[in-house]
Amino acid sequence: MIGIYLPGAFVISGLLFFNRNRIFNSILIVAFLILQWVFTVYEYLHVNIAELNYFKPDSLAILLLVTLSIISTPAIYHSHIYLTSKKDTPRNTAIYYAAMVMLLTVISAAYLSNHIAVTWIFIEMTTLSASALIYHRRNNRTLEGTWKYVFVCAISITFVFIGILFLSFSLHQRGGDSLTFDSLLANAATINLFWSRLAFIFIFTGLTAKLGLVPMYTAGIDAKDKAPSPAGALLSSVLMNMGFVCFFRIYIVFANTALHSWTNNVILIAALLSIFVATVYMVKVKNIKRMLAYSSIEHMGLIMLGVAAGGIGYYAAILHLILHSFIKSSIFFQIGQVYRIYKSKSIYDVGNYFKYNTTGAVVMLLCFIWVTAMPPSGLFISELMIFRALFQAHYIIVMIVVMFLLTMIIWAFGKNIFKLLFAAPVGFDDSNVERINPIESLSQFIFLGLIVYLGINPPVEFVTLIQETIKNLPK
Amino acid sequence: MINVLLIIFTISLLYLSIADRLLTYIKILAFQGIILFGVAFIELIQINPVNLALVLLETIVFKTILVPLFLNYIIKRNKITRDSEPFLPNFISLIVITLIIIITFLLSNNIVNSSISKIYFIVSLSTIFSGLYIISTRKKIITHVLGYLVIENGVFILSLAVGSEMPLLVDLGILLDIFASVFLLGIFVNKIGDILKDVDVDQLKNLKD
Repeated sequence: MIGIYLPGAFVISGLLFFNRNRIFNSILIVAFLILQWVFTVYEYLHVNIAELNYFKPDSLAILLLVTLSIISTPAIYHSHIYLTSKKDTPRNTAIYYAAMVMLLTVISAAYLSNHIAVTWIFIEMTTLSASALIYHRRNNRTLEGTWKYVFVCAISITFVFIGILFLSFSLHQRGGDSLTFDSLLANAATINLFWSRLAFIFIFTGLTAKLGLVPMYTAGIDAKDKAPSPAGALLSSVLMNMGFVCFFRIYIVFANTALHSWTNNVILIAALLSIFVATVYMVKVKNIKRMLAYSSIEHMGLIMLGVAAGGIGYYAAILHLILHSFIKSSIFFQIGQVYRIYKSKSIYDVGNYFKYNTTGAVVMLLCFIWVTAMPPSGLFISELMIFRALFQAHYIIVMIVVMFLLTMIIWAFGKNIFKLLFAAPVGFDDSNVERINPIESLSQFIFLGLIVYLGINPPVEFVTLIQETIKNLPK
Repeated sequence: MINVLLIIFTISLLYLSIADRLLTYIKILAFQGIILFGVAFIELIQINPVNLALVLLETIVFKTILVPLFLNYIIKRNKITRDSEPFLPNFISLIVITLIIIITFLLSNNIVNSSISKIYFIVSLSTIFSGLYIISTRKKIITHVLGYLVIENGVFILSLAVGSEMPLLVDLGILLDIFASVFLLGIFVNKIGDILKDVDVDQLKNLKD
């Protein structure tokens, strides 16, 4: 099926790129969505059956593929609203849709690929397609954001490649298939520790650009800020998940070597620094979209804490990852409406959102409660489990520090969101405010409901998939 | 023979650290391309001929001829001034790059019973770190790209170390090379030249918190 999906999606992306006709454009987009869903359902029904040698839909891939398909459908709907409201030229629209289809396709392929080099190729391709989305508005600032994103990602992808080379040095038996994740896991006990230590450092540092962790998080922040909000929703949810998939597969290999506790320490340091950096910037930042981008850094840090703590933390990390993708994408969809009303993302220019868009304001308020992990949000459950894992792993000081930082994040987040919702805007002319149709907030409500459902009463199938994902990790 | 070539490669890094003009950087990159051609030819002689031809073509045509010519074209087209404008004096750069080489040399002593020859490790790691150093201490955007190309050369050497057993990794290195050169140079330096008149990193300071 992936043999049909990849060429099919690439052809659709190519046609979108050259086509200028509005109706044909819509047909192509719908065709892609159908293809994406058929592919997802097919892979769900064929778990763990390798295709084309290098692709294997294991449980982690299935979980994230379903998440991607669920998010991509409203993302394309909101893109349509965004592009028509801005009255973009047919050429820009064509490039935008082609890049978005390409991005979704390569991310799906990266989830499924079972060979580290193949994953690497797809990670490289996400940089290409994401940069076209970031440069959509074609001005100085988007150019700056795109240039920084491309350059930092180019460096990071080189780091990952160096890591892969070191990993190949660490093997005793080298051959074409020895770098598949399965074969790495099977040979985990015999790898050379010196080279694999270097390999882990380089791969992890390189992947932090996509994951959104210290040290290479910076490019992602500018990218999510400058990209149109539906694209920003994809960048801060499914793209970060792709970084996580690659990281997690490597982590499973290292967890079965003598380096397990060493890798945990590396991850713990990166996670703590990420939460710290996110706190510092969220208190200071005045641009709502950038604040959300920093919030993604914070959540990724929490997920990594769960991985480092082990035990129940693994389960919590995967759960948190999926729930975070839903909540973050729905806030980004909502920010698009805020921007259409106030024509600004600065916290100084917005206010009284309830007056201008009541439905949107309700979504925003709920999103605030959900993303700061207050009950009944599903993120409350996953964060509670992460803290429990930290407690059980005797990282008590880490836990206290993180809780302190999270309190500051909730304060900073609340300060800005309540300013948006309730305080009066300064110097805002509300004579011709755009009316937003409440139906545009429907997808956000569905996502918020889904988060509660998955967090509080997860279906058996979902739990089994997560447990299947973490079965190769030591207890 | 490989050792001699790799040592000459390392010496070119020292020359890179004291280069003042952008043209010198481009010439060094072309020269490094020729050395990589030699190393790849000797190291990979046993692999599949088609693959070998691809690798050799990439080093000689792409790294040695096309990329330097293209860089030259970009510099002329965007009227970039000839000076590389480092933040630090050349003397300090020379010391830093020497230190990088010495440190990687000392680090390589930790390697025990490996099938990889140490010289590849030393040369490639010092090239990678020199490239990062050049990126962080030069002012122009084009020198960032040049520093990135130096890193690419370092990665290529590293991939040659396992090249005879895993030609796939060398091909991936080539893919990375083409991606970076075509994408970074082709699209962006042109765009940046069109939109920002003076191509300088100081112009890229708008996005911040």
